[in-house]
Amino acid sequence: MNTLSRKIVMAATGLFLCLFLLIHCLGNTQLFLEPEQAKLSFNAYSHFMTTNPIVKIISYVLYLSIIGHVVYALIITLKNRKAGGLYKRDNRGRASKWYSRNMGLLGTIVLVFLVTHFANFWYIYRFGEFTAVDANGNKDLFLLVQETFTNLWIVILYVVAMIALCYHLIHGINSGVRSLGLFHPKFVRWINVIGIIYSVVLCVGFALMPLYMYFTQN
Amino acid sequence: MKLHLKIWRQKDRKSEGKLVDYTLDNVNTHMSFLEMLDTLNEELILKNEEPVEFDHDCREGICGQCGVVINGNAHGPLKNTTTCQLHMREFKDGETILIEPFRAAGFPVKKDLKVDRSAFDRIISSGGYVSVNTGQAPEANTIPVSHEVAEAAFDSAACLGCGACVATCKNGSAALFTAAKITQLAILPQSKEERKQRALRMIWQMDQEGFGHCSNTEACEVECPQGISVLNIARMNYEYNRASFLKFKKK
Ligand code: HEM
Ligand code: SF4
Ligand code: FES
Repeated sequence: MNTLSRKIVMAATGLFLCLFLLIHCLGNTQLFLEPEQAKLSFNAYSHFMTTNPIVKIISYVLYLSIIGHVVYALIITLKNRKAGGLYKRDNRGRASKWYSRNMGLLGTIVLVFLVTHFANFWYIYRFGEFTAVDANGNKDLFLLVQETFTNLWIVILYVVAMIALCYHLIHGINSGVRSLGLFHPKFVRWINVIGIIYSVVLCVGFALMPLYMYFTQN
Repeated sequence: MKLHLKIWRQKDRKSEGKLVDYTLDNVNTHMSFLEMLDTLNEELILKNEEPVEFDHDCREGICGQCGVVINGNAHGPLKNTTTCQLHMREFKDGETILIEPFRAAGFPVKKDLKVDRSAFDRIISSGGYVSVNTGQAPEANTIPVSHEVAEAAFDSAACLGCGACVATCKNGSAALFTAAKITQLAILPQSKEERKQRALRMIWQMDQEGFGHCSNTEACEVECPQGISVLNIARMNYEYNRASFLKFKKK
């Protein structure tokens, strides 16, 4: 592996995660429906997403992507730290955006969130003592979502993580497509604009979910 | 004008360096930054002290030999200029100026402000050439090159090889330099022959020299004296993918 191929792994896994997040976010908008309808439709959707064989295969690709992205993020960040120079007075930051220089930090915040997120829902839904069912006989994930988001600390963590993810993606999408070799000035400009819109809409959408659940129940 | 200088002094590659304070009293604001250092060195020589060593050659902003980090920026406070084209009028009377060598794992310090940038030479010699037939000079118009292509190649070829991009990059990455050299040749018809092997070899050599990964922060383009575009780096990534794919297909 060399510096360029490592960046290709970062970009490919990162952009795949972006595609997944879009679908995840669209699916979750069902949480904003009328409570009774939201329960039935969200639980049916969750049942489909955990049992459909094609979605299952995609979910394994997803787990691998997360692991690959984090492992390579660590390798790249450590190697870069060794290769870069340390100055007695450093004013180099004037030439670049703070979030482009702190992808590792932003990613770590996202990782802390991911671990919590998996523990809150994914683990309990699949492996936990989880018996509640709705009127259609589907596992009542909606109830778990409601209960989880009565905890203010979890809501705060989710919102902070979405801010971090937003900056991670604004730089990540731009950087990722160029790591893959897109160099035409016109398309690079388009991707830049699309990337910002995508990141903001997605992260605001995700952040609204815990906030909505918290405030409609309090 | 009066200046306080803090200059990095280092005896040789292996020894530890440190910042040493100097004061200059009569600095002319029209002096270039390097002339200011010359003035300091004259004083040091008269005092029987060792002068501060730094790299320079043309002093016209075209050779890429000069380059130090001034108050935390490669080539100093002005964007898109070389150190030799920086003038003392950019500084205030009584200001303290901190001068350090370019730093990166791929650029070991030789002495004081001089760094070993021979890694760049090895990247170039690993693939930055074009094979031509010997014999008579070819007819000038046998290979047509459109105006757009020629201009694009010139834009990349403007790179001086100064190394400010590496010094500015938090990752000590030589991506901008290597990419400019690969792109400049990749788009010209005369150099299509070695296109694949050139990309693979120059990138391989770049990695051998201990430079870091490119994070696309784009700081290099901002500080580069020639404003070489970061899209050259995307082009290098494309050339690398293309060459890897074609190599794979051949096997
Ligand atoms: C769902 C979550 C995530 C998404 C959608 C995502 C997306 C991306 C994308 C598209 C890139 C650009 C790749 C490139 O520059 O070539 C990237 C870069 C990066 N990601 Fe993530 N990422 C996520 C989570 C994480 C996590 C959890 C970490 C760390 C623990 C992380 C660390 C990094 C780092 C360090 C880079 C920059 C690499 C560099 O500067 O060269 N990311 N990410
Ligand atoms: S790309 Fe710019 S900063 Fe880098 S070596 Fe060339 S001229 Fe210097
Ligand atoms: S001395 Fe030649 S560019 Fe500065």
